[in-house]
Amino acid sequence: MAESALPGVQSVYEPSLFGTYSKKVGMWLFLLSDSLTFGALLYAYSYGRISTANWPTPFHSQSIVNATIMTAFLLSSSLTMVLAVRASVDRDAKAQTLWLLATMVCGAAFTILHGREWTKLIAEGLTLPMFPAPPGSDATGEFANVAKSVPLFPATFFGLTGMHMLHVTIGVVYLGVVALRRKFIPVLLVLWLVAWLATPSYSPFHYAAHVLLLAAVVCSIILWLKPKIYDSSDVEVAGLYWHFVDLVWMFIFPLVYLMSAKII
Amino acid sequence: MDATQLAIEERVAEQHRHHKKAQFFWVWGALLVMTAIEVYLTYQNMPPVKMLTILMGLSLIKAALIIGFFMHLRYEISRMKWLTMCSVIACLILMTIFFFPDAHRIITLGVK
Repeated sequence: MAESALPGVQSVYEPSLFGTYSKKVGMWLFLLSDSLTFGALLYAYSYGRISTANWPTPFHSQSIVNATIMTAFLLSSSLTMVLAVRASVDRDAKAQTLWLLATMVCGAAFTILHGREWTKLIAEGLTLPMFPAPPGSDATGEFANVAKSVPLFPATFFGLTGMHMLHVTIGVVYLGVVALRRKFIPVLLVLWLVAWLATPSYSPFHYAAHVLLLAAVVCSIILWLKPKIYDSSDVEVAGLYWHFVDLVWMFIFPLVYLMSAKII
Repeated sequence: MDATQLAIEERVAEQHRHHKKAQFFWVWGALLVMTAIEVYLTYQNMPPVKMLTILMGLSLIKAALIIGFFMHLRYEISRMKWLTMCSVIACLILMTIFFFPDAHRIITLGVK
């Protein structure tokens, strides 16, 4: 029941201004602000493209097929997410957990495919000065000229897709916490170790894997300080975040990949 | 958690129970079909501006489907719908006003 500053006096609350519970309004406000972050990145990419002569169109069929499969995974994950929300309102805990896990698998598949594509592009010379050079790669790769002649392209490409990949990773962790609660912490630590040890030291993902360690620490603090059983409202709020990640990709995919396809 | 929030959560959950699962599959199918159309158009060698217009049009329809059905905004009260959508669209319009005339001017003057 409601707590009050005065002992023995019941608090009185006004009805919700937005006709829904406060957690959901909070998530919507966060998503609105986050949409401006992605809006700024997409505008930066588009601005660079318009104002730069000879903007490269380097993506072969293989990259387009890969990005299309990634899109299919993300769209399917949105379907499994709404089914998880539906299971949660029907109070079907088993189905809720299974659909959440299916969503996480789709999200993880998206991230892995994206990571593989980044690795391939970096090996072919599309890189940033901050990325360590992979052994055996030189300045003769297919994309080396692209990185040299239009440095804005790799900067905006890695910035935009990297930010999105980070959001997907955070989303998978978020859903893992909602689905498995404390049981997810050891899973997260194993994923961190695998991601860290399985990637070579020159890969950006070798360092990015520590995001999972940081997530494990933050989730541990939250789950131990405020343990709770997540109900349908928590699943719905997590779903809002996940659908937003999907929504953003619906603009990144055509703008970054399809508009930069190399048609022979 | 206070009783008001619990009551609102239960009301929202009750709204969800009335939505048929089939509509989610229809929306998912429509999203996949539109994605397939986008990929098909990529290989049609269309002029970039025409291509961009079609792709952004399809992306906006996909975004509307995701926000309306998957994110459930279609079923929220109109105050929630208008405040959220108008605020984000206003910000994006402001960005467009500030960024693109300059980018267009650069390309019109000619970039070497």
